[in-house]
Amino acid sequence: MAELAVTDQPNPVTLKDLFVQFFIIGAISFGGGIVAYERILLVEKRKWLTADEFMAFLAISQTMPGLNSVNLAVLAGDLLRGKLGALIAVLGLIIPGSIFVLALGLLYSENSNHPMANFLLMGVAASACGLLAAITYRIGDDNWKHFKSVAIIIVTFCLMSIAKLALPLVLLIMAPVAIYLYRPGKSL
Amino acid sequence: MSHLPSLFLTFSLLSLLAVGGGTAVLPEMQTLLSQNFGISHTQFIHIYSFGQIAPGPNMLMVLVIGFQVAGSLGAAVVLFSFFLPSSVLCLYAGRLWERFGESPWRRSVQDALEPISIGLMASGVYAVAKASIVSPITLIFGPHHTFPHPKNQDQSGFCHSWVRTGWVDRSQISLRN
Repeated sequence: MAELAVTDQPNPVTLKDLFVQFFIIGAISFGGGIVAYERILLVEKRKWLTADEFMAFLAISQTMPGLNSVNLAVLAGDLLRGKLGALIAVLGLIIPGSIFVLALGLLYSENSNHPMANFLLMGVAASACGLLAAITYRIGDDNWKHFKSVAIIIVTFCLMSIAKLALPLVLLIMAPVAIYLYRPGKSL
Repeated sequence: MSHLPSLFLTFSLLSLLAVGGGTAVLPEMQTLLSQNFGISHTQFIHIYSFGQIAPGPNMLMVLVIGFQVAGSLGAAVVLFSFFLPSSVLCLYAGRLWERFGESPWRRSVQDALEPISIGLMASGVYAVAKASIVSPITLIFGPHHTFPHPKNQDQSGFCHSWVRTGWVDRSQISLRN
């Protein structure tokens, strides 16, 4: 699948392009929801990944330790340009925020009162929430149409948000059940 | 400077414990930071809010912690130790995944993980929604309530119990000088 994705395109992805695109995400993704921006870039804007490949990568990103958005950049970068691509994509993603955060840190060292931060936080978190909700719906796609997948979505959500189980535990419970339900030979 | 090895160990450990993203290890991080580097609860909340304001992953705020503890070099050490271990692990997990090729089980696993991923994202939306409605108010009336206290029973309690039950040996990570 890796070879297919690269040879399909007349011009393979350049490292510079990879860096610039992830840098843009890193610079504009205020308030989180970075996975949403990454999907827009990878699947819709540049078509570097199919929706199906993206879902697989998202699933790996969530089940492995580390930040989901960074893991996604690692996987996409590796698929497109190997290890160096993974490194370049991650650097692009985290450089703008790192500079921003360190600048705030410097200001903070000098003056540790910052009432402005609380006001900024309000708008930022609310807009992030809207974006994240919309993209969750869009990523869900066909999964919202089948009883089996909707049931798994609901149970996962309940274990996580209502029962407040830890994520490793949720995965430990849900993964075997879901894999059994989707075992080879079973339809959607 | 003597803080650098300790920073490296602390954040490498947190990197590998952060299943499901950085928020899962926030309470653990707070505990370790106050034990090892004397970062107060209020300081931690303030630094955490920088991550919320900045673009990119919210957890980039760990750089400020490194900076506070040991200057620019501290920030560099934290960047390296918090992002490298998990990224390398993920890279090889991805390659292993590609190697499964057209095995019917790969299709099954992916079909199974998709709705779970979506359920987890829905939980993320819910968490952000709760934070965006509650945090400005609670931040104004008292920043101490905005962040789940480690003693609270929340989703991250699990990582705590790992440490408590010896899953992770705390003596290996507390290198206070």
